[in-house]
Amino acid sequence: MSVQSALLNEAAGPAGQHLNAQVLRADARREQLRLMVLLAPSLFLVCAIIIVPIGWLFWLSLFDESGALSAANYARFFEQASYIRTFVTTFKVAFIVTGACVLLGYPLAYMLSQLPRRAASICLIFVILPFWTSVLVRTYAWLVILQRKGLINSWLIDLGVISQPLSLANNFSGVVIGMTHILLPFLVLPLYASMKTIDTDCLRAGMNLGAGPAATFRQIFFPLSLPGLASGVVIVFVLCLGFFVTPALMGGGKVVMWAMRMEQTTSLYSNWGAGAALGVVLLVVTLALLGLFQWLLGARATGVWSSR
Amino acid sequence: MNRTTSFRTIAIAGLVASVAVPAVAADTITVASWGGTYQEAQAKAFFKPTADALGITIKEDTTNGLDDVRLQVTGNAVKWDITELGADECARGSKEGLFEKLDYGVIDKSGINPKLVHDDWVGISYTSVVLIYRTDVFGDKGPKTWADFWNVEKFPGRRALSGSQATETLSVAALASGLPIDKVYPVDIDGALKSVDKIRGHVDAWWTSGAQAMQLVKDGEVDMASIWNGRAGTLKKEGAPVSFSFDQGVLTADCMVIPKGAKNKEAAMKALAMFVSPQLQANLPLYVDNGPVNEKAFETGKIPPERIKDINSAPENVKKQVLQDAEFWRDNLVEATEKFSNLIQQ
Repeated sequence: MSVQSALLNEAAGPAGQHLNAQVLRADARREQLRLMVLLAPSLFLVCAIIIVPIGWLFWLSLFDESGALSAANYARFFEQASYIRTFVTTFKVAFIVTGACVLLGYPLAYMLSQLPRRAASICLIFVILPFWTSVLVRTYAWLVILQRKGLINSWLIDLGVISQPLSLANNFSGVVIGMTHILLPFLVLPLYASMKTIDTDCLRAGMNLGAGPAATFRQIFFPLSLPGLASGVVIVFVLCLGFFVTPALMGGGKVVMWAMRMEQTTSLYSNWGAGAALGVVLLVVTLALLGLFQWLLGARATGVWSSR
Repeated sequence: MNRTTSFRTIAIAGLVASVAVPAVAADTITVASWGGTYQEAQAKAFFKPTADALGITIKEDTTNGLDDVRLQVTGNAVKWDITELGADECARGSKEGLFEKLDYGVIDKSGINPKLVHDDWVGISYTSVVLIYRTDVFGDKGPKTWADFWNVEKFPGRRALSGSQATETLSVAALASGLPIDKVYPVDIDGALKSVDKIRGHVDAWWTSGAQAMQLVKDGEVDMASIWNGRAGTLKKEGAPVSFSFDQGVLTADCMVIPKGAKNKEAAMKALAMFVSPQLQANLPLYVDNGPVNEKAFETGKIPPERIKDINSAPENVKKQVLQDAEFWRDNLVEATEKFSNLIQQ
């Protein structure tokens, strides 16, 4: 079609320019329409299972128990100090767990990407196997390991390293340890995938031009792994914000995260709106943070390239 | 069940049936309860004998509580003919008009504490919150009262209290501040919160489920805790080094209701009458530690005398405990829970 119109254009000379543009535009529109038809089922699905329920959630959050329009569900955040505390705790846990995952996950993914194929796939199994195990089972396993009479404390006491058991479970550290373990694969897998695609010729070229291994890593490998790291970080961070099982079991009731608060609030007030309002607040703040994150990372990535 | 008891059951069924229209053999009702061993016990103690006596089929389902009932009633999709709830949920649901009126011409309320007999809900069983301690830590000289539990100098050790059941922890805190058991209700919420404030720095875990409370005590993560008597009994049966008593326990009732718009209201009423009858109530402690709500159950002779002292609702044990006031919590639950969560999450 476009070849035809190009021929047409040549034949018609300058007068046909206008006509040609029109044909091209119609062509592009048809192409777009065809794509839209192809996309329609998934667009419909996204709309039905994401947009509509979220809209409904937002709508519900505007009503109080008696069904009257009110801001009571949102006013509660400011009246009760514990909501703000829960919110702060949630983000604190999310930042710390994401940080811990990056610190542990980046070297691990780097090592996996450098290993020979066979060894890498064997090591990957150790990442993936726990990933396939139920979160509940892994959380209870951590409880067995970390609690006062758990494995770690009894070993350390038997070895004479400590005389009093450490408080590892039923507090903040227990939550962070448990969640880091559960979320680590979510960082390692996308990061590993992106590291595998980094062209080794780029690294060789760097070495060829006189960069040492450290400089090659810093100036070539690391920037190229950033997109994978970013997607891993976003996945881990967002999953953290909605975590329920691990903080509920490992936090000893002292580390209350947003999802737990939602459950409490929904059952305490005879009203879906009370829980919905918490969901809306979390969603808005998360989206804002992700936007900020993308903006920062975008600026950083271009900064890296322009400095080259 | 032996021959004489089944004969008695049938006799009672006959009595019940003579008051109202006899149930049609094809009637099917659905009863929802909490699931687990408790519901298994209820199935043996209540559902099966009732189904046999009335000639109906009882289908079982499980509930998460008042939210489920509200969803069904307001959504005009009532699946259940009878459902179990906590007494404070019954009081709240009653205020919201979610339940059918009960017919006390059909249901015989004698033997049930009048505080648990209402227009549209009736008690069904009791749970107690008790103080448990580990005997490998304290021997038999552990904390016996809530004042002891609050006394961190005399009884050093790790502690757990319920963080999810504000009503229970506030009742316990009121007892710890020295109130006698008949003065706990109506709870002075601010006074009880002050009492919680004194202990909260020494609480190592605020449990949110019965299983968690049990795990904390069983694994020695804590040395003393508040715990439901059923869980405490299980620990003891499993041989864990623990001790508990009903002294200063907090009795919490469960109740049953017929959700508004239930499809088989009449059959449900008759079944409910059977569930609270002394004969079937006396079956319950044979299978589970939740005590019967009908004190006449203890006069049926079905419960072995040596078992009676271990049942939380046995008359001599009831005297030692505080009964949670469902209607007080109906009006104060939200405020008290928010303040309580505020305090313990600091």
